[in-house]
Amino acid sequence: MFQRWKESITPTDVVMWMIGGSLMLMVIWGSVATLAAGKYTGRHWIDFLIFGLAQGSIYALIATGYTMVYGVLKMINFAHGEVFMSGPFTAYFVADAMYRTDFLDTHPFIALAVVFIVAMAVSTMIAYFLEKIAYRPLRGAPRLIPLITAIGASFFLQYMFRGLYGSNFQAYPVFKIFEGSWMIFGIRILKFQVVVIVAAIVLMVALYSFIMLTRVGKAIRAVSEDKEASSLMGINVDAMVSTTFVIGGMAAGAAGVLYALMFKQVHFFMGFIPGIKAFTAAVLGGIGNIPGAMLGGIFLGLIESVGPSLFLDGLGIVAPYQLKDAIAFTMLVLVLIFRPTGIMGERLAVKKA
Amino acid sequence: MRRISTVGIALVLIVGLVVAVGSATAADVIKLRKGEPVHLAYWFVVSGPNTSLGMDTVRGIEIAIEDFGGKVKGHPVKLTGQDTGCGPEGGQAAATKIASDPTVVAAIGSNCSSAAQAGVPILWEAGIPTISPSNTAPILTDPGRSAGFNGYLRTCHNDKIQGAVAALFAYKQLGVKRAATIHDGSVYAEQLAQVFGAEFKKLGGTLTAAEAVNVGDTDMRPVLTSIATGKPELIYYPIFIAEGGHITRQAKEVAGLEKTQLMGADGIFSPDFYKAAGDAAIGMYHTSPDFSAFAGGYQKFLKTHQDKYGMKPEAPFHAYSYDATIMILQAIEKVGQAGSDGSLTIDRMKLRDALYATKNLKGLTGNLTCDQYGDCADPAIAVYKQTKENIRAGENPSKPFWKP
Repeated sequence: MFQRWKESITPTDVVMWMIGGSLMLMVIWGSVATLAAGKYTGRHWIDFLIFGLAQGSIYALIATGYTMVYGVLKMINFAHGEVFMSGPFTAYFVADAMYRTDFLDTHPFIALAVVFIVAMAVSTMIAYFLEKIAYRPLRGAPRLIPLITAIGASFFLQYMFRGLYGSNFQAYPVFKIFEGSWMIFGIRILKFQVVVIVAAIVLMVALYSFIMLTRVGKAIRAVSEDKEASSLMGINVDAMVSTTFVIGGMAAGAAGVLYALMFKQVHFFMGFIPGIKAFTAAVLGGIGNIPGAMLGGIFLGLIESVGPSLFLDGLGIVAPYQLKDAIAFTMLVLVLIFRPTGIMGERLAVKKA
Repeated sequence: MRRISTVGIALVLIVGLVVAVGSATAADVIKLRKGEPVHLAYWFVVSGPNTSLGMDTVRGIEIAIEDFGGKVKGHPVKLTGQDTGCGPEGGQAAATKIASDPTVVAAIGSNCSSAAQAGVPILWEAGIPTISPSNTAPILTDPGRSAGFNGYLRTCHNDKIQGAVAALFAYKQLGVKRAATIHDGSVYAEQLAQVFGAEFKKLGGTLTAAEAVNVGDTDMRPVLTSIATGKPELIYYPIFIAEGGHITRQAKEVAGLEKTQLMGADGIFSPDFYKAAGDAAIGMYHTSPDFSAFAGGYQKFLKTHQDKYGMKPEAPFHAYSYDATIMILQAIEKVGQAGSDGSLTIDRMKLRDALYATKNLKGLTGNLTCDQYGDCADPAIAVYKQTKENIRAGENPSKPFWKP
């Protein structure tokens, strides 16, 4: 028994475990030191958690797009960040027009609905045509080719929107009803954070039930399991791939509006970093797995918000917030060392075997 | 065998190219035939969130060339530009492009100190001197800087002065005893925050936190929450427009910072910043050049600016780039040798020496005299306070709030 165990371990595993173990030790040591120092009170930690939850739910919504496309096509759609950018950037002009005519202040809910519809429509359209024009002709090509195409499409979309709308930052109009804060169970929460978190949860539930409960959802799952077999069963594979992109695009467009509500700035490059982060989230959760992507997104948001204070403050590191990306990616390394398939990626491993 | 010969030919070509480029850049003397233009190049940030910073300085150059008559020694002046994107990568790319053009006599730029740090040595290797109208980081004219900066000068203030004025204002005028700083990892922001912190401590204040964010960060609430634990009365964040806008908006939302005063520097003294920050910027302070101390010609400049571009200047550095251009044109007039056939010969090494020898040049921003490290400014820094009126109008405040 011991002999077999010994044989299955390679020196690489040992080195990786040592790296992972020392990282874990540092994390634990830092956390204990921070908590012992008592610089932050319980209220601060709750604030950190809420900030992280709001940011994480946006990552989660974008990550579902990555993970679903990976599911059906086994490719990483690196242009998804640009799909996310296109919606809110276009909707900005609608929102700004409504703001100038005071419609935004007098009918905030209708205005918000309009912004959502425009943003989701544009993102969906971009995602749909992206698949149709850029990816479909390359369906049978080796895996590297669609990947490079995706990177090219990403640049193309970025600079197309730069050409269309200019390279300046645009400030999103403020929805006055979402300013200020509510007291919920004695905790002060900013109103738009509640809006962002609730909207993200509703969208994720809707998306997940669509995939799990409807016939189309079932067909998409069938395609992601085995393309040839499902086409033999009478499923229109091309239509299902398009549907996947449409759903991903809608989620990204909605995430974009939530992002604009939270940060109130849009520009042509805004999709790049959230795109990378959401991709990380999808890998963290186990790529191909939808609940995994949602979980990964929220986990990443929380780590980014809590991590620098919790892990690094106690180690006496100066200006820890500069390292928040480093923490997020270290977490990815840690997860991949101990669980190479991601948090919820079991099924994928079985499928591959 | 054929493969080897192909590789051989490629190698010979590469070596030949390197030699050709090397010999082209080694020529420090530029000879212009009759009627050929004197080529100046700017390298500014003309795309992305800090576009206003770059365009402001481009306009300064254009007006200066026009005021100078559009000609130097009978040759027309040609202006071309490269985008630096306000970062080291962009600075390197822009400088490489300018350095590869053998007709460039001198350069003006960059805007952001991080771009200068990467780009200046590349330009100087090609023998091109450059004057910056807006790099304020102390390290660029530090006595310990590398030889690559021998062709570098600046017409704007050194942040040793700006940081000190900011600290003095906070401590003496506002009566703040506890302050925090945030920088974004760029040379400009990091050094200015450092100078502020050191001066503030010297005056007797407490620095509760010296935090940092990344360029491109959007969620500042966690870092602001962390800063709030130190209970600062003022936050000084001398960073750039996108991140500065996020901090300004989000600071008011963080528990414990509702009453904390906010203060920025010249990098975000721009209408684009007011757009990014919205009404949250009302009541905040900025350190920036004191326009009221500028020379008499400044009013005429503003009028030309309004007539030519239909707006007021968008950022604080237009007058410095005006002065930088005049400095270069005057120096070319001094060292350029006109031939009998109408040609013009400019030795860029001599041009560099003439620029460094600038003394008492009557510029818009004051009397410019360069020291041996290339600091030429006649610095006057003031503090401005943002009001509802100027934020809503999208304009910089016209009068300083406080002067040291």
